[in-house]
Amino acid sequence: MNLTEFLAMGGYGAFVWPCFGLLVAVLIWNVVAARRLHADARRQALRRLAAGQERS
Amino acid sequence: MDWTWLHKLASPPHAYRIAALLAPWFGWPAFLLIVVGLFGGLVLAPADYQQGDGFRILYVHAPSAWMSMFIYATMATAAAIGLIWRIKLAHGVAAASAPVGAWFTFLALATGSIWGKPMWGTWWVWDARLTSELILLFLYFGLIALRTSIEDRERADRATAVLAIVGVVNLPIIHYSVYWWNTLHQGATITKLGKPSISGDMLWPLLVMLAGFTLYYLAVLMTRLRAEILRRERDASWLRTELAA
Repeated sequence: MNLTEFLAMGGYGAFVWPCFGLLVAVLIWNVVAARRLHADARRQALRRLAAGQERS
Repeated sequence: MDWTWLHKLASPPHAYRIAALLAPWFGWPAFLLIVVGLFGGLVLAPADYQQGDGFRILYVHAPSAWMSMFIYATMATAAAIGLIWRIKLAHGVAAASAPVGAWFTFLALATGSIWGKPMWGTWWVWDARLTSELILLFLYFGLIALRTSIEDRERADRATAVLAIVGVVNLPIIHYSVYWWNTLHQGATITKLGKPSISGDMLWPLLVMLAGFTLYYLAVLMTRLRAEILRRERDASWLRTELAA
């Protein structure tokens, strides 16, 4: 089987590849979003702690 | 029985640390399983005798649909635990699960739609399976919106927990919809009583993907849960020592 044949997916390439592309995009996005969420929460917590220290 | 270990586990500082510890143990196996599953599904599995290579969409669609329901069930269970035993961490698990569940529901609907076009000749039909899955997506949206719309965290936890638990009704409707109503959608592939209606060389990549997706969800859940804990424990003293390190 050559590459063009593989990409053609027996004529279903236009349907199969968008599905797998969508999957990979969603999987990557969810990891990035979760990590960003945690980093933001951490930054906010540190800022609050620093502000609290100044007051006391 | 001694339950102190459970209380210790459910205490925010412990959960925060354990979640950090577990995330890579879920994440890397998930990555490997999904890569193997993709290769198996796209390359190794033979083409279907009816649908040719078009059937390969199954390897994205079916595990996504399964995850959309599995995550909902997990979320509703966590919400119920939070509601009954007043465990804040359980509400955190529910809150962290909703967006991931919504994404998998979206994937199931989108890939189903793309699959429907060549096989059924239409992107969408308003039949029971598709409609109930769409309702699941709206349930996730409703839960996320409800949580963000209530300022007081404890009230938000309780309100979303109640909605999440009520929404569980939709899960058996989704599962049995293909038997209860006439539909274009095919019946169950793996969970059919007796033997699965799929041959072994087509089945294994599906199971590998399923395992990979489940571990992936747990990995993302761990990271999201850590963010939840940080936001819920904003004034706790343990944060000072934890974050200073």
